[in-house]
Amino acid sequence: MSDLRKIIVDGIETEAYGDMTLIQVCEQMGIEIPRFCYHERLSIAGNCRMCLVEIVGGPPKPAASCAMQVKDLRPGPEGAPPQVKTRSDMARSAREGVMEFLLINHPLDCPICDQGGECDLQDQAVAYGVDFSRYKEAKRAVDDLDLGPLVETHMTRCISCTRCVRFTTEVAGITQMGQSGRGEDAEITSYLNQTLNSNLQGNIIDLCPVGALTSKPYAFTARSWELEKVESIDVMDAMGANIRVDSKGRRVMRILPRNHDGVNEEWISDKTRFVWDGLTNQRLDRPFVRIDGKLTPCSWDRALEEASHMLKSGNVTSLAGDLVPVEATYALGQLTDSLQGQKECRVDNVDLPIGNRSGYVGTATIEDIDVAKRILLIGTNPVNEAPVLNARIRASWLAGCNINMIGEPVDLTYDYKHHGTDLLSLQKLARTLDEEDLTGTLIIVGQGALQKQLENSALSIAMKLAQKGAGLLILHTAAGRVGALDLGFAAEGGLDVALGSAEVIYNMGVDEYDIPAGPKVIYQGSHGDRGAHRADIIFPAAAYTEESGIFVNTEGRPQLALKASFPVGEAKENWAIIRALSGTLNSPLGYNSLIQLREQMAKEFPHLMEIDMIQENELQPIEVTVGNNAEIENVIQDFYLTNPIARASAIMAELSYRSKTTTGEINEAAA
Amino acid sequence: MLRRFHHTQPESFAFSEENRKWAEAQITKYPEGRQASAIIPLLWRAQEQEGWLTKPATEYVADFLGMAHIRAYEVATFYFMFQLRPVGTTAHIQVCGTTSCMICGAEDLVEVCKERIAEKPHQVSPCGRFSWEEVECLGACANAPMVQIGKDYYEDLSRASFETLLNDLQDNKKPLPGSRKGRFSSEPESGIKSLSEMARQKDEFSPAVSLAQSEGAS
Repeated sequence: MSDLRKIIVDGIETEAYGDMTLIQVCEQMGIEIPRFCYHERLSIAGNCRMCLVEIVGGPPKPAASCAMQVKDLRPGPEGAPPQVKTRSDMARSAREGVMEFLLINHPLDCPICDQGGECDLQDQAVAYGVDFSRYKEAKRAVDDLDLGPLVETHMTRCISCTRCVRFTTEVAGITQMGQSGRGEDAEITSYLNQTLNSNLQGNIIDLCPVGALTSKPYAFTARSWELEKVESIDVMDAMGANIRVDSKGRRVMRILPRNHDGVNEEWISDKTRFVWDGLTNQRLDRPFVRIDGKLTPCSWDRALEEASHMLKSGNVTSLAGDLVPVEATYALGQLTDSLQGQKECRVDNVDLPIGNRSGYVGTATIEDIDVAKRILLIGTNPVNEAPVLNARIRASWLAGCNINMIGEPVDLTYDYKHHGTDLLSLQKLARTLDEEDLTGTLIIVGQGALQKQLENSALSIAMKLAQKGAGLLILHTAAGRVGALDLGFAAEGGLDVALGSAEVIYNMGVDEYDIPAGPKVIYQGSHGDRGAHRADIIFPAAAYTEESGIFVNTEGRPQLALKASFPVGEAKENWAIIRALSGTLNSPLGYNSLIQLREQMAKEFPHLMEIDMIQENELQPIEVTVGNNAEIENVIQDFYLTNPIARASAIMAELSYRSKTTTGEINEAAA
Repeated sequence: MLRRFHHTQPESFAFSEENRKWAEAQITKYPEGRQASAIIPLLWRAQEQEGWLTKPATEYVADFLGMAHIRAYEVATFYFMFQLRPVGTTAHIQVCGTTSCMICGAEDLVEVCKERIAEKPHQVSPCGRFSWEEVECLGACANAPMVQIGKDYYEDLSRASFETLLNDLQDNKKPLPGSRKGRFSSEPESGIKSLSEMARQKDEFSPAVSLAQSEGAS
């Protein structure tokens, strides 16, 4: 606090910390400084020179405000605060000069450039450049790179800001990209034309301030100003990345990240970003009823009628899938209760304690990763289960955090100490940690450590350690899971008990689990995937971009996704299907709109409507169980194909194939 | 000039025993965890060992220092002193072409290179023993024109003395570096005019030339 200094920017006196850079001070004051290479989440490069400002009394040349700290400034005469001018003649002409230099080699292909309309260079050329060109010589041209199926390159447009190099090196933790050569011949390259090997690579498209790196799947399909932009929440993993869904008409054209410091900062994984082509493939667009063993299209009335007969015919068990919003689960829960049925959302058979929020959410938040001194990963591969969260752990590691790991040894893009792969090694580690004060330690428990055969032992040990001051974060893999558990959508005894006496199963979006033969199945979902194949009646439902819904992320933060487009064909919103079915069953649920549903839900579960607020969970440790010694295995085998939307996506299929050929799982020559 | 790895590369590279020891000693100059700072001397040593900087050598040095290959590649492509393609086995001649040397006849030297070695810079002569390039100022302006071969400066050259130099190299002789006009170092051509009492007339050659002499040049 003592380091607060006075500084005058454009004649306005303000206070700033000594280690703030001038661009940050200006940002804080609302003064806009143009920049290309500076990015607040990356290291400072200071090579674009666009952020030049005048420092009064300093050297007679402009200074790069992104690289100059407040404490570097000398006070004025008689101890007056240092003065910075961002709108003086010097600053203005410096920017004009930089802009002129940048445009020397930048092609004039804006009309055919995908970045056109959302290009930093375009915008800043208008705002800070001049309206003529003095350059008449030949421009340079640069060979394009092949960075893989996601990132398209037009390297002639590159202004060498090196944001992509810094992102891949610092955040994504890969070492392919760099800048070779110097001067006129400096170019961004990937080492020996390697493609990028990261599931965060799509972020360099956003980072690129010009059109050098653009999205390959989105190439030439839309202009930014034609798109309708809707704020939503990602469901590809349980982290709940904040996203913006851009659609044209009914079609989702692309998905971009939104900034949320507490969740995804401003990154999203490639699955989140490029899954949108899966929203148009394999869709269920009308109701089906199985007649003589064959699924036959029918009307909604017929399907609802058949379903209500079926639901009345025997014991009902309702299952809630991975991608379902809280509202639909709430409605299904009420419907199931009215039929005296069983409910279950833990369809991957994990042992998450019911009703104990400190057990199925944990006591820590994602932001705690930033300040942790030690992180213990148990039975999780965050690279696959939450890539953006993994980048955050990596950032913490870079800042000096020790990472420990129990479970399958995998490449996490950072170093960690591996303590073993089974329960026994966890127990051994816990005994050594028992002596220590665990404040500053964060335990992240993955779904791999919660498998049935471990008999809750891993979780009980983690909670015991949490009692000694460690933070606990349960890393889920399903976006709808925490919300469903908050609603108590689970059966004592788990999936086996829930299905034990079931004669009719109401399957809402469960595609990762094979429902055993025997019971009749009503499937409600968006894609013709595993769940629909096993169904006797199919209700076509909206996918996550097509309805507004609340998702509670892995740290217990309810987030609101808005509706970006309409469900395809005759498909309806999830909650509305259940409301309609309850009408057919003559026990209508007490709401006719999503708003009414939420009002009712808020009365029962008030925290679900406190959007973006994390409830503090009091630690309620469960009894420590010894458990049989078993290997702890990770749950996700193929990152790109974890849900029906991703499985319907051609891009995800290609990425999955590529990742398997690089790991040797598929032999390319043979295939 | 676009600088990339050469299309034809040797299979592998490893430091000689002596160089490896030297490299390990260099690394100790830097604090723990900062060994990447030794990249330039190590690459340079690798180049001295092979004559040019090969891809296996660059990767070997990167691995040696625990850094990503791309980081070493960035350094290797940035500095022109790293030869990314094969050079003459006997000598790679770097002709200074910047102002002073150009005025004093560097263009003649380049012409000699074109006649006797190869039409274009960085091309290896048909015999495989020589190559040449024009470089920016090497800081020996008082002794212009000059060429650098390896670590040695050959100064005050003329077309004739440069041809003699090349002949000597061709005959596997080790010509003495330094001025071809008999200067001790960079004093005026007509002799020293000031501080004459401090001039070290007892030495025959400047330290750099003496060093070369001690290594067998004559």
